[in-house]
Amino acid sequence: MTDFSTIGKSTAMVDAARKTTGAGKYTDDFSVPGMLIGKILHSPYPHARIRRIDTSRAEAVEGVKAVVVGQDAPNPYGILPVGHDEHALTFDKVRYVGDNVACVVAVSEAIAEKALELIDVDYELLPAYFDPEESMKAQTDLIRDDKPGNVEKQYHHVFGDPEKGFAEADQVMEARFLANEVTHAAMEPHCTLASFELDPHTGRPGRLTVWSSTQVPYYLQHKLSLVLEMPMSQIRVIKPLVGGGFGGKSEVIPLEIIAAVAARKAQAPVKITYTREEVFWAHRGRPRSIIDLKTGVKNDGRITAVQARVVQDGGAYCSYGVVTILYSGALLGALYDIPNIQFDGYRVLTNKPACGAMRGHGTVNVRFAFESLLDELAGKIGMDPSEIRCRNLLQPPCITVNGLRVQSYGLPECIEKTIERSGWKQRKGHLPAGRGLGMACSHYVSGAANSIIRSDMPHSTVNIKIDRDGGVVVYTGASDIGQGSDTMTAQIAAEVLGCSLSRVRIIAADTDLTPIDIGSYSSRVTFMAGNATLLAAEEVKKRIAAAAAKKMNCAVEELDFRGDLVVKKGSVPRAVETDQAEVTHAGASASGRVEGQILRGSLQQKRQEELPNDWMTFEEAVVAAIDFQGTLTGTGSYAPPQEARGGKHHGAGVGPSPAYSYSAQVAEVSVDEETGEVTVHKIWAAHDCGRALNPVSVEGQVIGSVWMGMGQALTEELIWKDGVLMNPGLLEYRTPSSVESPEIEPILVESVDPEGPFGAKECSEGSLAATIPAIANAIYDAVGVRLHESPFTPERVLAALRAKKHAKALNLTEGVDPTAPKSFREHGGSLSYRGKGAKRHALDAFRSEAPAPAGGAE
Amino acid sequence: MKKELIQLRVNGRTHELAIAPNALLLDVLRQELQLTGTKRGCDDSSCGACTVLVDGVAMMSCTMLAASCEGQEITTIEGVSEHGSLTALQKSFGDCGGAQCGYCTPGFIMTVQSLLAENPDPSEADIRAALSSNLCRCTGYQQMYEAVRAAVAAERQAAAGAGQ
Repeated sequence: MTDFSTIGKSTAMVDAARKTTGAGKYTDDFSVPGMLIGKILHSPYPHARIRRIDTSRAEAVEGVKAVVVGQDAPNPYGILPVGHDEHALTFDKVRYVGDNVACVVAVSEAIAEKALELIDVDYELLPAYFDPEESMKAQTDLIRDDKPGNVEKQYHHVFGDPEKGFAEADQVMEARFLANEVTHAAMEPHCTLASFELDPHTGRPGRLTVWSSTQVPYYLQHKLSLVLEMPMSQIRVIKPLVGGGFGGKSEVIPLEIIAAVAARKAQAPVKITYTREEVFWAHRGRPRSIIDLKTGVKNDGRITAVQARVVQDGGAYCSYGVVTILYSGALLGALYDIPNIQFDGYRVLTNKPACGAMRGHGTVNVRFAFESLLDELAGKIGMDPSEIRCRNLLQPPCITVNGLRVQSYGLPECIEKTIERSGWKQRKGHLPAGRGLGMACSHYVSGAANSIIRSDMPHSTVNIKIDRDGGVVVYTGASDIGQGSDTMTAQIAAEVLGCSLSRVRIIAADTDLTPIDIGSYSSRVTFMAGNATLLAAEEVKKRIAAAAAKKMNCAVEELDFRGDLVVKKGSVPRAVETDQAEVTHAGASASGRVEGQILRGSLQQKRQEELPNDWMTFEEAVVAAIDFQGTLTGTGSYAPPQEARGGKHHGAGVGPSPAYSYSAQVAEVSVDEETGEVTVHKIWAAHDCGRALNPVSVEGQVIGSVWMGMGQALTEELIWKDGVLMNPGLLEYRTPSSVESPEIEPILVESVDPEGPFGAKECSEGSLAATIPAIANAIYDAVGVRLHESPFTPERVLAALRAKKHAKALNLTEGVDPTAPKSFREHGGSLSYRGKGAKRHALDAFRSEAPAPAGGAE
Repeated sequence: MKKELIQLRVNGRTHELAIAPNALLLDVLRQELQLTGTKRGCDDSSCGACTVLVDGVAMMSCTMLAASCEGQEITTIEGVSEHGSLTALQKSFGDCGGAQCGYCTPGFIMTVQSLLAENPDPSEADIRAALSSNLCRCTGYQQMYEAVRAAVAAERQAAAGAGQ
């Protein structure tokens, strides 16, 4: 193993103290003089034409400075170039309960709230669509006129020969799966503060500065430029600390544009912070997905073909939808070797908040279906679930049938380690009644190989500046949203330069200061910004090394950068002899010999000439380099290689990545057959992260992903009634609390990717998708029922147990519970309804054939 | 609404403030006193990001009237660090990965402070039960348990060292 000094060692995040002391600033913690507060008026109707908006009464309120409506910023925008269908404030129609209609800016929140009530909006109600399959049948009152059948986008991909594949199979199974809608629920509600500064030349408002809770400062700068009709150079976006994103801040959220438009109209800085309910409306979460999956296997376990039809309930706007639906098909590939794939995907518009990107973007729900069905197929052919997965491994390096290039592939080791640690072989099938083990695998991209805005520009650029003080300043556009990307950047720079972490300072995500980085999404930052950092650091190192070599009268190749020293290989510097720990730990102060003398370079060099020529401190080497060559800066850029950018078919741009992470998991659960309650006892999760740069952080990301997957598996679900969200609160939405969170054992697998920085790949998303099917498969192992609809709430588990007991086929995905009346089913709601006699659904196990006697009590 | 003059004691300092009688403690801390370490994560005491200590008891400041805290000793996250250094708990939250995005962290630290004040040697179940009043969306809580245990161990070691 290579001997690293900084990477591979667990370290507290560089901003950890700011977080644990409360000193760190998130967007809502900023105030500027004269700042006004904005509050947004939201639509109470799911689908309605706006006939008229009268803001005059609101404007008349003392303390109100402006009321903004759609006409104040009519340019459309959207995160995808093909999906520019949003406006800061809508002016023709409202398309979901919570759609943005107007914004009041006032001197206080209370006044703004009061004024909101005085805005009169005249709506003409339209029929609304809440179920994607119903929505696809629509002929009139379309959600968007240019989208017939309310279909945002559909794709039909065929790779290989699926028909032949299914003909060759010994076993073919088909099933419908339904994964209900979940949302990010990041702890920090979205917030934006926008402020114009006066131009000294024109005397009018000029440059705009926006502080925002965003994962994508550069895209925000771009969209603000489109809507405000201002050059990008006149807009500065600053990302302060962000309190979690998970994809929910990976596109431009309405308040970000509204705040800027409002600041322009009110001629004063404006801050808007969402309430928690507004966060749920802003949403952009994982769409409810209906998945019809068909898989064929041979008796030896080999998968011969897969056919998937995926319908996603996308909500009212495009958002990332086109990408989400493509991912759901593309990432059928690159996990296992599947020779034949047919994919039919429909992204459908409905009158609900827009869905977008959420951790494990696009792959999660399909992976739940795929891994569940594979488990069932393994049972059919009498094969251990871990074995069937091993029979379908890829043989990398390879290119999958759908054009994805796979190089490093730690899946076999992930499977092996989870089996070993969980005691799978000894314990599976030998647990007490009601307790079971389940396994599943997943994978994810380490950054999309193609950026949203198709171009050849680098996806990440990093600049490094080192000055005579010996401080290393790294300028990166990468957005730390809590995952630790600033720490990763500092570690890579420190590793390359052989200096201590404390010497490195990160300036990140400020479009005025930092070079363009396309943002924190698709798990791209470690791979791409990490590579850019690596290149930038190597460039500066080369120049320092040249100067040091000249000073030491040796070849560049003979130098070692380590422990804040530049050392001729084989020699041991005195400082290191005396106090190794002090040198590596205390960094700058330990270089002793140049105390306070750094600025007087020549004097110092004179001193140095008297010293042995086999080592220099980092500062001395830096000063020498600056003396020889002037300013010491380095730049590194990363763009994914052409070979990793995918095939040529329509929609081939989504799915390709320079590298994929892999995960294998085993879940141990017990099921209470009386209550239907599922308890997860432990999850073993092996994740191939290429190389763990900061193991404690990598483990934290893996645990967090698995935990979030468990939330989707057991409790989390957005519940709708006629387009109204019934649970827009953190308690009602039910993310797992500490008492419901099991032990998760992260197992790090390092496959060392040939193109990753020090071999690293993503670690923050890939594990999520395996958790849901691992739990589903464990439930089957425990009580013998297959759950095809997530989350596996007690009601659904009971319904499945009931169906099993009465030996009736109960398709749980036909509506939510076919035994519930339609008005309950359409919004994904309660399963506890107990109808009477003939009112029960035809498939209900409890239905009696004879109608219930009139007036009789059951 | 007509403002009232109140005296609020926060982190050992007394502040004289003119506030509306319906002003929430969280808003007064954040907006009047610029103590922005205390966070708002929800609006209805669901999440615990706004947890502060009122006379040593962990309370959610988003649903408390500031005026009702007159005469009580309020401690926020800004009042936690010791002699300008991180406490053992703050340090271990950083070392163990107990804070990722950090937004919920001040609330958790306050909750754990109050737990440890009552129960200096909490069991795993005690820690879980105490932490269940706060929500985190990043960590799955596991590395927080490790942080609490590490902090308890560090404190014990320090106490043993001081006793010698």
